[in-house]
Amino acid sequence: MTIAHTPAVDFGRAVRIVRIAGGRVAERIDLRTAAVCLIVLAFTAVVAVWTLMTGDFPVTPGEVLQALFGEASRRVEMVVVEWRLPRVLLAVVLGAALGMSGAIFQSVTRNPLGSPDVIGFEAGAYTGALCVIILWHGGYYEVATGALAGGILTAVVVYFLAYRQGVQGFRLIVVGIGVGAMLTALNTYLMLKAQLQVAMTAAIWGAGTLNGVGFDKLVPASIAIAGLMLVAVFLARPMRQLEMGDDAAGALGIRPERARLALIFLGIGFTATATAAAGPISFVALAAPQIARRLARSPGVALVPSACLGALLLAVADLAGQRTFAPTQLPVGVVTVSIGGLYFAWLLIREARRK
Amino acid sequence: MAAVADMATDRPAEGERGGLAHSNATRGFWLLVAIGAFVAVVLLSIGVGSRNIPLATVFDGLFHYADTDEHAIIQGLRLPRTVLGILCGIALGLSGALIQALTRNPLADPGILGVNAGATFFMVLGIGLFGFTTLSSLIWFAFAGAVVTTLVVYAIGSSGRGAATPVRLTLAGVAIGAILGGIGTGLTMIDPQTFNAMRHWVGSLASPNYPDIVTILPFWTVGVVLAIAAARPLNAVALGEDLAAALGASLVRTRVIVVVAVTLLAGSTAAIAGPIGFVGLMVPHVARWIVGPDQRWIIAFTIVLAPILLLVSDIVGRIAMRPGELQVGIVTAFVGAPVLILLARRRKASGL
Repeated sequence: MTIAHTPAVDFGRAVRIVRIAGGRVAERIDLRTAAVCLIVLAFTAVVAVWTLMTGDFPVTPGEVLQALFGEASRRVEMVVVEWRLPRVLLAVVLGAALGMSGAIFQSVTRNPLGSPDVIGFEAGAYTGALCVIILWHGGYYEVATGALAGGILTAVVVYFLAYRQGVQGFRLIVVGIGVGAMLTALNTYLMLKAQLQVAMTAAIWGAGTLNGVGFDKLVPASIAIAGLMLVAVFLARPMRQLEMGDDAAGALGIRPERARLALIFLGIGFTATATAAAGPISFVALAAPQIARRLARSPGVALVPSACLGALLLAVADLAGQRTFAPTQLPVGVVTVSIGGLYFAWLLIREARRK
Repeated sequence: MAAVADMATDRPAEGERGGLAHSNATRGFWLLVAIGAFVAVVLLSIGVGSRNIPLATVFDGLFHYADTDEHAIIQGLRLPRTVLGILCGIALGLSGALIQALTRNPLADPGILGVNAGATFFMVLGIGLFGFTTLSSLIWFAFAGAVVTTLVVYAIGSSGRGAATPVRLTLAGVAIGAILGGIGTGLTMIDPQTFNAMRHWVGSLASPNYPDIVTILPFWTVGVVLAIAAARPLNAVALGEDLAAALGASLVRTRVIVVVAVTLLAGSTAAIAGPIGFVGLMVPHVARWIVGPDQRWIIAFTIVLAPILLLVSDIVGRIAMRPGELQVGIVTAFVGAPVLILLARRRKASGL
């Protein structure tokens, strides 16, 4: 009989080191994190196929795969590839972008409640979009431009109001909340002045929606996010080092203020792209990094797992938003808030039981 | 944990910690100044509007009522509106001061326990599912929503072993607020009529009537009494949980009193005037800035300063777009946020 053997020494987390190009590029890969990412991505693929199957015109899984490889009938191919595919892909891409932006802001503010909201971005984007929708009755691209302009302007104003010999996390949060509250009040006022139909259009945009998305909207957003992810590869390491505190990070050879500014810009870039494409979808950025952290049991928030979970969350939320009250389509942002809140409450209860 | 670390690392200098006023005499003096400002603002609130009434007529209308147009405006509209403003201001300020002291988080506001989210959600149910339209019948929906939500938040925050800690209360409030907000928004979006009603549910003092005020008055009174009673034990809690217990303050009892008081105060305000933000967040900061960390002084100043902010916002809302009006819920953020940002830019935010 063998006795279960537990090692007396904790060897830490299982890690593999991958070397490319003769060791010039090397990366430590945490096995548990990698496994979690793969499993989450597999779930995302399942949800995506499921979304492609369901709707007013049901399709079998086999037909979905045939359509994706261009071997299905013309009719099935039109429904699956032209109508449903861009929406699913956009949900996955935007979810990943929001997850990463959440991870960046939570790392920079060192606060699990940190999100792009903190810097007032989403309130500003909503103000910009509301102005375009209510005052100029603009179309999709005008609204996207208005949202980008409003959001970025707000973020810049908050950053400079919070700047006093460097930006400190706490002051950034307070200033962001103050500016955000003023803009929210302005948004309420604009909504009150608008006609009912216009106000409802604005409110649906304001909740974040993927309704009526085609390849024409998917392609620019995907290109922008791919570019930002490339930048993120180079900023991932400074982000880790900043988490150790400005002094330690400086000693390790990075300039804290400059790295933080670059990270904030990157996070805003992700959120801005997502907001322009689909409106301010809330809670993915807040919840994805925290869920990923708990699944991977990692000590801090990390970019890649957050991106994977963001993709899964948004894909699930969009499926639920399409099907729950069918044929009425709920804006996906309304669903993410409810699902995220439920998860949060469950997590709190579970943590209490364990203690 | 965090609070303990703060105390150890950056203990502020003696003067900094004490606020602007160093002795009780100066604090008392400033309190008298604030009360003077309060009286002035009350008179302004009665006199200023789409029709301005001179001060002498205001006094006549209050104390020697004769049946003129202006006296009717004063007694029928301006006076109840001002009374409502004073009640709501005190309630919002006190609930903010209590929740900030309990959670020791300077960003906490009464909404954090889910009071506003719950009131809004029950209003949506009342309008969307049961078809109520008059505000008077909806008072009870809003109030019930506030109470039920706080109970759920407290239950989740205190589940498992041990009492509810402030951090878990906060997180539970955020979570429940998000769920209710999401479902509520979803319900309004599938029904344009409900959407339209909720769109107009902005914090406002514009339609006051005495029966509604009398309805909430008992809850308001109990809330204020509990708030004043909680000031001393909250001073002990501010020293840290262990030290508070050693000094004989009951942590659980203090938390329950504070949660009940906040629910009654914020709930009755949300029911009668709608969601008004920022007063509860901001006024306790200003009070702490003036008098330092003693909750008894903070609460005294909050009771005077909060109605000043609310009434000034209401007056601004009345004259900003004459002859139309801006709801006070929209104006408070514009009056309050610049002050908050200025406070945050000071070298040290007033610590808790």
